[in-house]
Amino acid sequence: MMWKSWLLRPEVHEAGAPILEVSHLSVRYNGRAALEDVSFRLDAGERLAVVGPNGAGKSTLFKVIAGVLPPTAGEVQIAGRCPGGHICIAYVPQRTQVDWSFPVTVAAAVMMGRYGRVGLLRRPTRQDWDYVRACLEVVGMASLAGRQIGELSGGQQQRMFIARALAQEAELMLMDEPLTGLDVPAQEDIFRVLETLRARGVTVMVATHDLQLAAERFDRVMLLRQRLVGLGLPDEVFTRENLQQAYGGQLHLIQAENGLLALGDTCCTGESA
Amino acid sequence: MSAVWLLLTEPLQYAFMQRGLVAVVLVGVVCAVVGSFVVLRGMAFLGDALAHAILPGVAIGYLVNGGERGALFWWGLGAAVVTALGIGAIGKRTEVKADTAIGIIFAGMFALGIALISSVRSYAVDLSHFLFGDVLGVSVHDLWLTGMVGGSVLLVILALYKEFTVLSFDPVLAVTLRLPSTLLHYLLLVLIALAIVVSLQTVGVALMVAMLVTPAATAFLLTRRLSRMIALAALIGALSGVIGLYFSYYVSVASGAAIVLVCTLFFVLALLFAPQRGLVWRKKAVRAA
Repeated sequence: MMWKSWLLRPEVHEAGAPILEVSHLSVRYNGRAALEDVSFRLDAGERLAVVGPNGAGKSTLFKVIAGVLPPTAGEVQIAGRCPGGHICIAYVPQRTQVDWSFPVTVAAAVMMGRYGRVGLLRRPTRQDWDYVRACLEVVGMASLAGRQIGELSGGQQQRMFIARALAQEAELMLMDEPLTGLDVPAQEDIFRVLETLRARGVTVMVATHDLQLAAERFDRVMLLRQRLVGLGLPDEVFTRENLQQAYGGQLHLIQAENGLLALGDTCCTGESA
Repeated sequence: MSAVWLLLTEPLQYAFMQRGLVAVVLVGVVCAVVGSFVVLRGMAFLGDALAHAILPGVAIGYLVNGGERGALFWWGLGAAVVTALGIGAIGKRTEVKADTAIGIIFAGMFALGIALISSVRSYAVDLSHFLFGDVLGVSVHDLWLTGMVGGSVLLVILALYKEFTVLSFDPVLAVTLRLPSTLLHYLLLVLIALAIVVSLQTVGVALMVAMLVTPAATAFLLTRRLSRMIALAALIGALSGVIGLYFSYYVSVASGAAIVLVCTLFFVLALLFAPQRGLVWRKKAVRAA
């Protein structure tokens, strides 16, 4: 069973090279800076939360890493090479940016992730459909394979996109606000899937507004506001100074018994840029 | 029974009706299939603009060939492709918003076409043929051309079905899968242009957008699978053409308008009665709840 071994152990690119290396990355839209001199690296299997206010450049960062948006300056390397040739990077879009009335079933939507491997002018084979089924099982949605995508709940929609990223055999998944708008049980479902991804060595970057989830559930956190404000363990990054620098007046910090308590910035649907 | 049979067969004794029926079926199918992607990608306005923008091409061809119609296809096609690529480039490379760019090019080209045609003496008749079609004037040669070009359009869509689907559903995914997105986008524009040009004589530029959009939108309301939506759209497009043509034969209204009216009727019926999505259905569901 070829596809099973693929699923369990994603292929390795260049030995020694980090899965992601971003150096001096800047992006400008019409002269306005969306990202300014951002540099960092990620190791395979890491789980990183990207936190920052609306318009901090989180989506822009993801799109440049995915090779969808060209950087104005600096470069991105995926396993030692530029992102343009890789099909192992999955961008999981915000749920609000998807047309849920599109006439497609869950299985067919997940199959789209495999199209890069199926190849031009070819049809998906029996093995491809088996693979899609296995991906849906990983996210606990095998029973929903035949549903139209508009019939899914928010959490299911999100897990379907993770299944699609699995079908793509992605080694680096960029998830744009996957937790926003989900209730706690649905968020827990996502975290369970993220645990499975970690076991498979898949590197995950998650944009989120939830500082507490970022601090509790991720290996490292990144604080972004056009520039990289901080990157590291939550305790080192979420300091009063850094948060003030990232959020300015949008966030109120209260000294609690066991650290800082952050209030505000609870919003977040429809963020762009 | 025999009366109905007579009603259906009587027009068929005329060769122009036979040719007209073949033409509307071909055009109905090709436009509906291409139109399914137009609807899903929200490009209805672009389709309308493209149809109108071929007018100057057709007009030049008409003037150059001294009123002879044989070469109009190629002139129309040239204008459509140039416009499609022009709109694509303006939307991508400048700060002008896409729909504004479409509006400007669309109206400008259309005006140019009318200006050119109005320089000819038989202006009113000729213009109305281009605007509203002349399906009963279709020649056997026209049918062959429509069949071959339309068939090629269908073949390309069949071959690149999954690529066009990804591009319509999630353009960002298409890029991360490293599909040739830009090329596919322009190819789709060219396919739309081809569908429009082969339909020119059947419905004319003014009502073209209905052939692209209405059957596809109707099918969209009736199914939740893309492949079924496309097949259903093709069926509705062809059926509308045939019913519309019979209607125009017996009631003697303009054939292009009759065809579009039948399409619209199908759409309204689907809008009201489509299972689960129709307005009547929803009202019932509300009452039950």
